Order: sequence, then structure tokens, then C-alpha cells
Amino acid sequence: MVSTTEAIIDTSDRQMNEAPVKLDVRDVSIYYGDDPAIENVTLDVREHEIFGIIGPANAGKTSFLKAINRMDMFTSNMKVKGDIYFGGYDIRKARNIYALRSRIGVVFPLPVGLPMTIYDNVALAPQLSGLKEKAELDVIVERCLTRAALWDEVKDRLDSLGSLLSGGQQQRLTIARALSQSPEVLMLDEFSIAVDPVTTMRIEDVLKELKSEMTIILVTNLVQQARRLADRTAFFLDGECVEIGETEELFAGNVKQQKTLDYIQGKFG
Amino acid sequence: MFKTSEINKRNQKNEKLFQLLFMVMTLLLILPVAIILGMLVYKGGSVISVDFLFSSPTDGMTAGGIFPAIFGTIWLVSVALLVSVPIGVAAAIYLSEYAPDNWLTRLINLAIINLAGVPSIVHALFGVGAFVIFFGMGTSILAASLTLAIMTMPVVIVASRESLQAVPQAFRVACWNMGATRWQTIRRVVLPNAVSGILTGVILEVSRTAGETAPIMFTGAVFFLPFLPQGVFDQTMALSLHLFVVSTQVPGVPENLPYGVALVLIGMVLIMNSLSIAFRMHLRGKKKW
Repeated sequence: MVSTTEAIIDTSDRQMNEAPVKLDVRDVSIYYGDDPAIENVTLDVREHEIFGIIGPANAGKTSFLKAINRMDMFTSNMKVKGDIYFGGYDIRKARNIYALRSRIGVVFPLPVGLPMTIYDNVALAPQLSGLKEKAELDVIVERCLTRAALWDEVKDRLDSLGSLLSGGQQQRLTIARALSQSPEVLMLDEFSIAVDPVTTMRIEDVLKELKSEMTIILVTNLVQQARRLADRTAFFLDGECVEIGETEELFAGNVKQQKTLDYIQGKFG
Repeated sequence: MFKTSEINKRNQKNEKLFQLLFMVMTLLLILPVAIILGMLVYKGGSVISVDFLFSSPTDGMTAGGIFPAIFGTIWLVSVALLVSVPIGVAAAIYLSEYAPDNWLTRLINLAIINLAGVPSIVHALFGVGAFVIFFGMGTSILAASLTLAIMTMPVVIVASRESLQAVPQAFRVACWNMGATRWQTIRRVVLPNAVSGILTGVILEVSRTAGETAPIMFTGAVFFLPFLPQGVFDQTMALSLHLFVVSTQVPGVPENLPYGVALVLIGMVLIMNSLSIAFRMHLRGKKKW
């Protein structure tokens, strides 16, 4: 029995060696006051992969993302225990958490177009980190909007307000804004919740291309979206990381936990 | 299919009744404003002239103009604003953006509410004790303005804090996630969208500051002054006190004169308000979500 387990670990270790680990999460628990949101989650995210996290509401997926870029600082009574290493650095010990956050792009469930011009929405992050050169900002704005599949729709009205775009456009603007940070990790939290199916498919295509440049963590409650995009998928349920595996394997039914299979097949959700 | 039942009929009748009721209440609200303004214009309009606005009172204040009082009120309001707006807005930013929810914050909020509830005559006595005597400012514009500033600061703080908190939290979170510090977030996203609300607080403050009489009558405003104040350590005349004086303290004042003074006072406040409202609308036109 013991030898079998070791064998499993061995094979997964060998797979892990294919790409370096970008995010190493060890034994992380998150509490709001005394209520645990997730408990003892251990996983790793490798460079240039799309790491899917699926699970029903209240599974702790969003809290998990918050812990990664240390947003617990801004959430009253949120406590994070355990270790998270970002590219080898312990984020709990990072002195410059602003630099950490600027390396992690975040896209929220509901689009957030900041109440400033479309141009400023995308130029804001580079400006915050000290870039003033108009010409360089122009290049960044065009590149990020193009890659978020929004440039063609807004290139003639970059001066209009980002907050007045349609929902789908605002979500692509949010993605463009996240890209403007040149992030090493892009975290998307149920990005398609307020977006029409056509836009969702466009964004999904964008994500597949982005994979070559950054690591993507995709939290989704659409099981099929994880299947389409994620290289590996973790299944969260009630604050517990039930299972992590190659997406293809999971969807082929090679699961260790019956709960995972039930969720994937839509028996509960 | 769309037959009207008894309940439908009653609901529709009530709907009309309540709409009418609320409208009448709102119109009632306009009534005193219209009457006051109408009376002032009707009785005081004839007094207003270029001469009245730009000359000094003569004949024991029963004739002549009110320029020193207008000038003094502008002084008092400006200095009071200069003190209370920066402090008030800074305090509001701290309370809305930085302050953790603990006993100290709650104590500060309680203090602000209490400060707003202190009667103006008490502020006046505090001003005498603190600024005129303790800090040795004497009765001066500075002492009077500081008293006014302390009295009106809660208005600025509360209005500013409310408008800062009306900026959706999602904007802040989006900014923080980009690696922005709190201050960067406040400067780039929160403040630009709260300015119009903060301005509303300042407008309210101007109106109150210009009209207050009690806090200035012991601290810096005087009955009559033959010359204009030269600086913040001089005493001054003020419109509100002048109105009080000509209506109750001086015998033989022509009946229309106090109405004229009141009209000028209210006119100044209205002009300030309209300017600020115009500016606010300009800002609102630019920022939207």
C-alpha cells in the first residue's frame, strides 16, 4: 500500500519537473474571524500553465486568490496561515507587497471599468510604477487592448469613459488593464459570469495565447470552461482541495475521489 | 383578461393619493423659501444700489452703505474655509480610507457628531476662551474665523466622508490589485470621484459660516469700524452681525435697511452656491460610472 502511494508521488514528481514551479502553496488555511474559508490546501502552479480551480460556491476559491496577492491586508479579520512561495520567494515575508501585486494581474467576476478614460484605464498601472513617457504608454495601451481583443472596438474613442463600455467590453478592458502590468501570473476569478458567450469564447482564445508568456490561474464555476482551457485542474469543495490532476485525466474519469467525478458530471454543484 | 378587481381599484386610488400627498409636502417646503426671498426683494430691493454696496455706513448706521460688513464677511469666510477645508477633508480621507474599525475610530466619529451638535453660542464662548484669551489672538478675524472653522468642520468632514464612501469599493480593490498604494488609489481613483460631494459639503459650510452671528460677535466682529481690516489680526464688521445690529440695536434705522442687508447676505451665499454648483456639474459631467 505504502509503495503504491510512493509510486504515485514519484510519477507526479517527474511530471512536475517538466516546468519550474511558479507558485508553491503549502498547507494554507484562511480564516475569517474563526470561520475557516479553506483549510490545509497544498498545491503548486507551474510556469506557463493554465491552472484551473473548479468548485461550487463557498468552496474558498476567491479567498485563495486573495491570499496569493496578499489582499488579506485589506480585508478585515481575514487571516492566512501557511506558506506561499511566488517564484521561490515567501510572499508572507515580502517587504514590498506592492511590487508583488504588480506582478500578479487580477480579473474579477464583475467587470470593473475604472471611471476614467479607456486610455487611462490601461495606462494606470504603468503610470503607478513610474512610467511617464507618453510614447511608451501609447505602445502599452495599444498592445494590451489588442491582446484583450478590444482594440478594434475602442481605438477611435480612447478618450471616452471606460466605465460606460458594455459589460463584455469592460471585462476585456479589465483584462487589458491586468496585462498592462506585464504580470507574471494572471488570476481570473469567474471572469465570464457577466459576459456573453461570444465574448467569453474570444477571451478564452486570448488566454490560450497568453499562456506562452505567463502563468494563468483560472477560477471558474463552469466545469466545461476548465476542461477547454486548463492544463491541470484542482477541485475545491467546502474549503478543502479535494483533488488536483491533469485536466484530461480528470475528465476522462481517472479520479481519486468520487466527489470530483460527481461534480464534473454535474451530479451536484 | 385585464379586468380590474376591487383590490386593483383600491391600489390605484392609493397610488394617486400618495403621489399627491408627497408632492404637496414637497411644495410646502418651497413655500417658506419663496416667501422669505420674496419679502426680502420686495422690501429690501429698493435699498440696493452701487453706493449701498460700496460705501461705509454713516449717521450712526442709519444711512450709507455696508461695504465694510461685506468685506469683513468675505474675510471671515475665506479664512475659516482655508482652515477647515484642508483639515476636514484630510480627516474625512483618514476616516474613510485608512482608519481601522476600532474604538478610536468610533470615538472620533462620536466626537464629530457631538461637535456638530454643540450650539453656536457655546462655540462662541469656547472661541473667546481658547483663541481670544489663551492663544492671545485678541478679538480678531483670525480668532473669529477659527471659531467658525471649528463650528463648521463637522459638516465638511461628514459630507466628505460620505462622498468618499460612495465611491465603489471595487474601484479601490482593482487599484490595490495593480500594486497601487493606498495614497495612489486615493489620488487617482477615489478623490476625483468624490470631489463633487466634497464640494457640496464646502457649499453648505460657506452658507453656514457667512450667516453665523453668535460665534463671531465675541471673537472678532464688531458693531462699527470706521476703517477696513488690514490683516487677520484686525477686528472687522460682518454682514450677519450688522444685520443684527441694524435690526435691533440702533434706533432710527429706516425700515427697509435691514431687509437690504439681509438680501445682500443671502445674495452672496446664493452666488457662492451657484458658482460651486456650476463647478460641481462641470466635474460630474466628466466623471461617471
